[in-house]
Amino acid sequence: MVLSKTASESDVSIHSTFASRYVRASLPRFRMPENSIPKEAAYQIINDELMLDGNPRLNLASFVTTWMEPECDKLMMAAVNKNYVDMDEYPVTTELQNRCVNMIAHLFNAPLGESETAVGVGTVGSSEAIMLAGLAFKRKWQNKRKEQGLPYDKPNIVTGANVQVCWEKFARYFEVELKEVKLSEGYYVMDPEKAVQMVDENTICVAAILGSTLNGEFEDVKLLNDLLTKKNAETGWDTPIHVDAASGGFIAPFLYPELEWDFRLPLVKSINVSGHKYGLVYAGIGWCIWRTKEDLPEELIFHINYLGADQPTFTLNFSKGSSQVIAQYYQLIRLGFEGYKNIMENCQENAMVLKEGLEKTGRFNIVSKDNGVPLVAFSLKDNSRHDEFEVSEFLRRFGWILPAYTMPPDAQNITVLRVVIREDFSRTLAERLVLDIQKVLHELDVMPSKKDIDIQKTKSVAAAWKRFVEDKKKTNGIC
Amino acid sequence: MVLTQVHQPEEGSSTSVGSVFSSRYVQDPLPRYEMPQKSISKDAAYQIIHDELLLDSSPRLNLASFVTTWMEPECDKLMLEAVNKNYADMDEYPVTTELQNRCVNIIARLFNAPVSEKEAAVGVGTVGSSEAIMLAGLAFKRRWQNKRKAEGKPFHKPNIVTGANVQVCWEKFARYFEVELKEVKLSEGCYVMDPVKAVEMVDENTICVAAILGSTLTGEFEDVKLLNDLLTAKNQKTGWDTPIHVDAASGGFIAPFLYPELEWDFRLPLVKSINVSGHKYGLVYAGVGWVIWRSKEDLPEELIFHINYLGADQPTFTLNFSKGSSQIIAQYYQFLRLGFEGYKNVMKNCMESARILREGLVRTGRFDIISKEKGVPLVAFSFKDMSHNSAMKLATLLRRYGWIVPAYTMPVNLEHMTVLRVVVREDFGRPLAEKFLSHVAMALDELDSSSKAPLVPALKYTIEVVSCTDDANQPFMVRVLPQEAEPVKKTVPLLTGKTKGVC
Repeated sequence: MVLSKTASESDVSIHSTFASRYVRASLPRFRMPENSIPKEAAYQIINDELMLDGNPRLNLASFVTTWMEPECDKLMMAAVNKNYVDMDEYPVTTELQNRCVNMIAHLFNAPLGESETAVGVGTVGSSEAIMLAGLAFKRKWQNKRKEQGLPYDKPNIVTGANVQVCWEKFARYFEVELKEVKLSEGYYVMDPEKAVQMVDENTICVAAILGSTLNGEFEDVKLLNDLLTKKNAETGWDTPIHVDAASGGFIAPFLYPELEWDFRLPLVKSINVSGHKYGLVYAGIGWCIWRTKEDLPEELIFHINYLGADQPTFTLNFSKGSSQVIAQYYQLIRLGFEGYKNIMENCQENAMVLKEGLEKTGRFNIVSKDNGVPLVAFSLKDNSRHDEFEVSEFLRRFGWILPAYTMPPDAQNITVLRVVIREDFSRTLAERLVLDIQKVLHELDVMPSKKDIDIQKTKSVAAAWKRFVEDKKKTNGIC
Repeated sequence: MVLTQVHQPEEGSSTSVGSVFSSRYVQDPLPRYEMPQKSISKDAAYQIIHDELLLDSSPRLNLASFVTTWMEPECDKLMLEAVNKNYADMDEYPVTTELQNRCVNIIARLFNAPVSEKEAAVGVGTVGSSEAIMLAGLAFKRRWQNKRKAEGKPFHKPNIVTGANVQVCWEKFARYFEVELKEVKLSEGCYVMDPVKAVEMVDENTICVAAILGSTLTGEFEDVKLLNDLLTAKNQKTGWDTPIHVDAASGGFIAPFLYPELEWDFRLPLVKSINVSGHKYGLVYAGVGWVIWRSKEDLPEELIFHINYLGADQPTFTLNFSKGSSQIIAQYYQFLRLGFEGYKNVMKNCMESARILREGLVRTGRFDIISKEKGVPLVAFSFKDMSHNSAMKLATLLRRYGWIVPAYTMPVNLEHMTVLRVVVREDFGRPLAEKFLSHVAMALDELDSSSKAPLVPALKYTIEVVSCTDDANQPFMVRVLPQEAEPVKKTVPLLTGKTKGVC
């Protein structure tokens, strides 16, 4: 006779995840738990909490890529345990980065000879790229001033007030003064004439944006180049230009190849672009390209050997994952020039569909231009009763995340809603969004405004409730 | 009667029919410098890149790196699901943001930060210890500048005191943020920062003293307590109030589990900030670090940015903005999954494997062990005869077996030492350690046999420089004295055994 033994209650491997006691226990928030738990339970607990995050693909605020082909996901997961900085151990991965740098440099018409290698680096995003570019300008300017025997303790940088926050970070952390060209009503990018006026002997560079965050517009880099060349000829200061092409760098070469904004303009010394925006890679990669070796001071480059062989490094981050660099190379060879062009054209089309749908409602002003990053920025024609923030809130109920934000000085009274058209925002989604916006407008029209005085508020609230109750004729609830 | 029609396949139209390796993409040269004009199929793109990457070394055999190379598959699943979440969108992904905050609080309490039960700790997740150190350094620099401005004293020459064994990111911080780096030189037998010398170097312009818990070179823990005591005494005399930062990139996730009685963290009053790499002994893949401040006062408010262009107010103090969320989620997974006992078990295992490795190397009789037993689980060793070439050759020979073991020279004052270093990570178990030792033995044999018999016959020349005083145009004459080539005795064994090749 075989005595059988039943498994005891405490045998955790028997229980299904949701039957185990781990799902009942309170999650550690402030202190590391004493004991381990099974990996299935850990996975399930975290997965369940994350369900309450917004859906990345419905996040209309973000420029950052939210969809890639499964083949690329496979490549990324296979590379997740490669530390990018071990260049000696992972020479192929390092070479893929170098190839990307060269391809992007050629895309931006860098003045390179046939087999000359480009000067550039992969970063974790445009923030790091901009800091590196700014550092290079600051150091070059300081060296020049030291040689001339002039003071070098008050560097400044000239940009538009529409710059993304990382320029302000650069200025604050690296102790460079930020001289902003104020915006004005109807003109939401940097005015090249005002910018050039603000340039003085302490200016390390003028930063132009190709694809403003606020409304997607391309700044007129050519005009800036021409005006600045003239000023340089008069003053002898030799002030260079940096183009922040975080969004526009992967759009302009495909949609507007005749637009001169890149290294074709002689004063442009460095360009940054986000691989994770229209480079069509997941978050975590940017690129910074310099015109020539002379534009990147050698003293900023470090050579280390503690990982075994000589490795030159000019980045702020050191250890990081390799997945995004490989994904960028995948996209460049998988899509090629025609692939990127097709995608950008699609995005542009869908942006037009959305724009026309919004115009047809008759309730919105379109703030973005047709030429530029494929996005639609719009504001309410009449925001006296309900403003754009309420529209944004109501749209959340349908699942859309559509942020509203105020413009920088001197246009702070303008509030804008912005939809960024990414690769995975199809025409169907655009049409659906228009329908949902119309629904929201209907709802808001019926609702009393926050600005009404109390009596009117009470009256309209009562009227609204009356109508609501009358509509509900059902007497049986759903069981 | 039904007429059937035969489709004539167009040239090149069978791209979706042919298998990847029969398609023409495998023949075309890969684009290297310029973007290709045409698209290619995703299977071809995947295969091409995958095949090239086969030539990268295997991450798990990379014994040079501290960075984690293996995680559980459940965690891989979580990471892949989060790959399209941009961490910077805090408003859109509130749960992900909260996971970061929980990690910060967990780590702060692990480091005995003086926060009460429900109080939120001050800290941030970064892309690695490099970013963490730059943020900490920035905070120190700004605090020091504000203090000097308030005192009406000059604030243009900040400096930082560290040991010469610092990792390169401190030198980067110093160079990029224009702070002078005052390094305490190493000396024979003392491969870390000497607290006494460090405190001597502190002056009124010192923004902080940086101590390392887990030196990159030898894995040793610096004596932070002694530094704290000496610096407190000096601060009392001078009134400068110089703080300490602990670079616990490697040691931060080791000391609390293996050496809980070791006082190195916020228990010491002068320690104002600590950084640790989540991707080293935090057991997460590359791409996450943490910096924790003692209290809100240690992080100047003016460094924090508030933005609203993504829709809601978001405070941010990092150098990077957009980045992936996967590693933050993975870090929380590890805390939840392993807990205190899990981490302790993993670290104990690592120390065991390190001990086996160390004893095996000592047994060969050829090596001096430079690393200490107490510290990061790694073994740093050099040849007893101090030969630079032998170390490099051994590294090369081990590479042939698949192992990547770096050989590097020590910093200034000790450049004659060449050290080999094996880092023991979670996934380097006893079987791998024993295999490695057997390969070392084989490599040593090869090294010895090749050094006894040089393959290249040596030729020696003697050059004579003779001064000719009689010729003004040519004051010196160079002559080569003929010399016999030295005969080299070497036997080459003839191939024995098989006379037929393998077909």
